Parts: sequence; structure tokens; C-alpha cells
Amino acid sequence: MAKIKEIAVVASQTRLGDDVYSMWIKTKEITAQAVPGQFVDLYTKDGAKLLPRPISICETDKDKGLLRLVYRVVGGGTEEFSHYKEGDTIEVLGPLGNGFPLEAGGKGKKAFLIGGGIGIPPMLELAKHLPCEKQVVLGYRDVLFLNEEFSPYGDTYIATEDGSAGTKGNVLDAIREQGLKGDVIFACGPTPMLKALKAYAYEHEIECYLSLEEKMACGIGACLACVCKSKSVDEHSMVHNKRVCKEGPVFKAEEVEF
Amino acid sequence: MNTKVNLAGVELNNPVMTASGTFGSGEEYSEMINLNHLGAVVTKGVANVPWPGNPTPRIAETYGGMINAIGLQNPGMEVFIKRDIPFLKKYDTKIIVNVCGRTTEDYIEVVERLADEPVDMLEINISCPNVKEGGIAFGQDPKAVEAITREVKKYAKQPVIMKLSPNVTDIGVMAKAAEAGGADVLSLINTLTGMKIDINRRTFAVANKTGGLSGPAIKPIAVRMVYQAANAVKLPIIGMGGIMNAEDAIEFILAGATAVSVGTANFRNPYAAEEIVRGIEGYMKKYNVEDIRELIGAVR
Repeated sequence: MAKIKEIAVVASQTRLGDDVYSMWIKTKEITAQAVPGQFVDLYTKDGAKLLPRPISICETDKDKGLLRLVYRVVGGGTEEFSHYKEGDTIEVLGPLGNGFPLEAGGKGKKAFLIGGGIGIPPMLELAKHLPCEKQVVLGYRDVLFLNEEFSPYGDTYIATEDGSAGTKGNVLDAIREQGLKGDVIFACGPTPMLKALKAYAYEHEIECYLSLEEKMACGIGACLACVCKSKSVDEHSMVHNKRVCKEGPVFKAEEVEF
Repeated sequence: MNTKVNLAGVELNNPVMTASGTFGSGEEYSEMINLNHLGAVVTKGVANVPWPGNPTPRIAETYGGMINAIGLQNPGMEVFIKRDIPFLKKYDTKIIVNVCGRTTEDYIEVVERLADEPVDMLEINISCPNVKEGGIAFGQDPKAVEAITREVKKYAKQPVIMKLSPNVTDIGVMAKAAEAGGADVLSLINTLTGMKIDINRRTFAVANKTGGLSGPAIKPIAVRMVYQAANAVKLPIIGMGGIMNAEDAIEFILAGATAVSVGTANFRNPYAAEEIVRGIEGYMKKYNVEDIRELIGAVR
């Protein structure tokens, strides 16, 4: 088995928030291989938009061969996806990148699952697969989405920038306000959040795994567009660069520099 | 039906190769396509020492194209020779190594180091728009083009392809300069220098401010330049610039290209290069073309 590009069929699509959509697509082989924290590339039908859109995997239904993608409309490409209805086709390449290390959240541990904005979706598939005790911390600008779906897997804490729900502020404000403690952090979200979590994990001497985002072209490690700064010399690049799409998107916090 | 073409004594099974920088050294794409089906793999630029490349963001999509400013990140020639050449040798395809440098001495160091390696051809990148030194600095002045070609030819054991920049006033003059310097083959076009501004963040879309525009948006310019270069020199030409499918590839061949490179299309469709090989065969069947060489420069 390896990554493949195929034409998937949209099984359903719903709107979760202002500009956030949830789409289930039928793609048996990609779903069968997918692990939490991986992503897929989606291709627009509009040929003037050349590059695939990397979208994290929110959930899988391996029995039915269904993949759930929760994404935000940020431009013309995602706008096109948001109009797709049941039965429409979509080209998809995947699964891409490496997932979160599930063994780091083994039984007996207490993990933080932290998502910020459109970094929240991949944490849901992770919540379903991590064997340890979980506390979920979700950061939003204002409108909530997906938060209720985490409740079967652990206590969920919310932070909003405008204070409309949960703690007013960011995910770290929520962690401090609630006095939460944990042994390991799994996180995906905007770079400032990841940077702050790296510092928090260092200060509290806990393990921390971060899922990064960067502008991508090929999605498979060939074009070197989506690099991040690495602490040590990377053995593929021979410089302080790692490929987010290939060595990532999940990195151990101390491996990467912001 | 013959699809073999000859570039300076190197026989390719078919005229389709990958454009430098879009395909690494083939390893990542080999998970998805069969490299045995390609005429050649042209590697990402290799320098004498590792280069870190530019800050991110390194790419931005534009209408019908994309801008990149990777900055020739590469692991340096020693790792390339130890790791990438043995990988490519496993396949029945030709190996063309793209060579980059900041100074003439840098280029020569790589060319000399590759002299006894199992490499079929060298492509000298004098047209990268995204690095401060080297690259395009050598490719925009005919005297400099001729001089570096001559220097490289002194040391090269493999046939030398000079990769030309479209960011010039007269491509024919540059093509003649490379020919005068002793080039064996020309490849064109590299990317066109472009810029995109992110109006929401009010900043440049790529960190380097400018980048190289590629993709179907530039194809008509590329076809025109291949035609002009083919009419200016006797050398075989590798045509590229926005080839997305077999029809595009055939346009370049009819304009005068002996072979073609597939670049940005790999990002849109990882199977593109392989599909183009089959598509060219389909075109030849449809029009009863016995030998692909009948098509080269057939439109004058």
C-alpha cells in the first residue's frame, strides 16, 4: 500500500459554522491506510487553480471507507469544495505525512489534546485512537464547531478570543484558569499557539507533539516548498530544514524552531 | 512506431523528462509512477555544498500558474552522489543532473566531481531567478552565457545542456551565445520572474518578494521562445514551460523541441509525466506518425 490519487465521491456535506464545512468522502484505500494526524490533498475542478489544498483528516470510518474532512473556506479553492453535494466527485491524494505517535499517549498517561481554529479537526480522530486519559482544550476566535463531538473522549475546555464561550483568551489561558495538568501534549493550530505550547511544555518538562502548517505544492516531499526550521541538520536536506509534508506534519516540539 | 530521440548522442526511450526542481531526484514520485517509463529524470539543482534555500512561504498560487522561490535548497553533491545517483541507476531511464552554483568555480567543482559518475548529461542552471548570486546572473548577458558555457565544457565529461532564462530581451541571442560557448543542448524556458501581493496581509505572497512563475499561464511564451531558439541555433532543444498534457508537449515538439520537460504539472497530477508519454503515443497513432522525429520542428 502507498499513497494514491483517486477520484472520490462526496457522501455528505454540512456547514458547521460561519465558514467551516464538514465533508465525508468515499475513498476506500486512503481511508484504510490513514492514521490520526495525517492529511490529504484535495484538487479543485477549476484548472486555473493548480495546486492541491492540504486538508487534515478529521475522522475515518474504515468499515464504510469514508473520510471526514473539516475545513475552513479561506479562498477560491476551498470555496469550490464547499459547494460540493452528495454524489459529486473530488480528486484526492493521500494519505500524506506522518501522524501523531499514539504510543506517546499510552495507558496510564494523561494527555492534552489541544486544537486551535482549523487545527481542531485532526484532534478528533486522535481522540478516538489515543488509549490514555484525555483532556481536550479547544481555542476559537468566536464561533464554536466540533466541540461537542469531543465529549465522549474526555473533558473538553474552551477558549474564545472574544470571551463568548469558556475562557476569554487562548488555549493556554484556559489551561491555567482551569489548573489543568498533563504528561504529554498533542496539538495542531496556528504557529503562535504552537510556539507558546512548545515553551509551556519545556517549562513543565512534558513531552509535546506539534502538527505544523505551511504552504505546500507537491504534498509528497519533492518540491521543498513546505520546509520548517529544524534544530539539528536534517539527514535528507543536509541543512536545518525539514519537510512539513514528508517528515511532518507532526514533529516533536524540540525538533522544530519557530 | 519510434518514440526514441537523440540528444547529443544520448538516446532517450521517449522525449518526456521531468523539469528540474519539481521532481526531487525521483524518489518521492517513484511511489506513484514508474520511472522506467520516462525518457529521463532531471534532478533538482545540485551545488558543491548544501544550500539552505529561502525563507517560507516559498510558493504562491496564481491564476493558471504558481510562483516559487525555493532558493535552490539542496543537500550538496557528496550526499547526492552517494544517495540519489544509486537510486536512479535502478531504473531504465537517463539521468540528467541539474548543476547550480554561485560562482564559475562552484559550477566547475560540481561538473568535475560528476565526471566519473554514471550520469548521462549535465544541465547547467544559469537561469534561477531566486538566488542573489549565480543563477540568472550568468544567464542574462550573452558574453557571460558564452563564457560559463566554455568553462563548463572544459571540464565536463558528459554532454552539457545550458538551461536558459526567459527573462531576456532576445532568446535567440542567448541561444547563439550558448552555442558559441560549445553547448551540446539547450533547455528552455526556466521560470519568468513574477510577484504576488497578499492583499489581506498586505505583504508579499512569497518571502523572497519575487519568484519564478510557472504553469500553463506561461506556456504560450515558452512555445514562442522554443520556436525562436530552434530557428537561431542548430542544437537540439529541450522545451518546457507549462506543459500539462500530451497536447501541450506536442506543441513544443512541433515548435522545434527534441524533448520536453514536465514540471508544475507534477503538482497538479503526480501521474502527469507518465500520462504524457502515453498521450504522445496516442497522438502518433491517431495521425499515423511512424517516427516522433517527423514532428520535431514540423511547424515552421
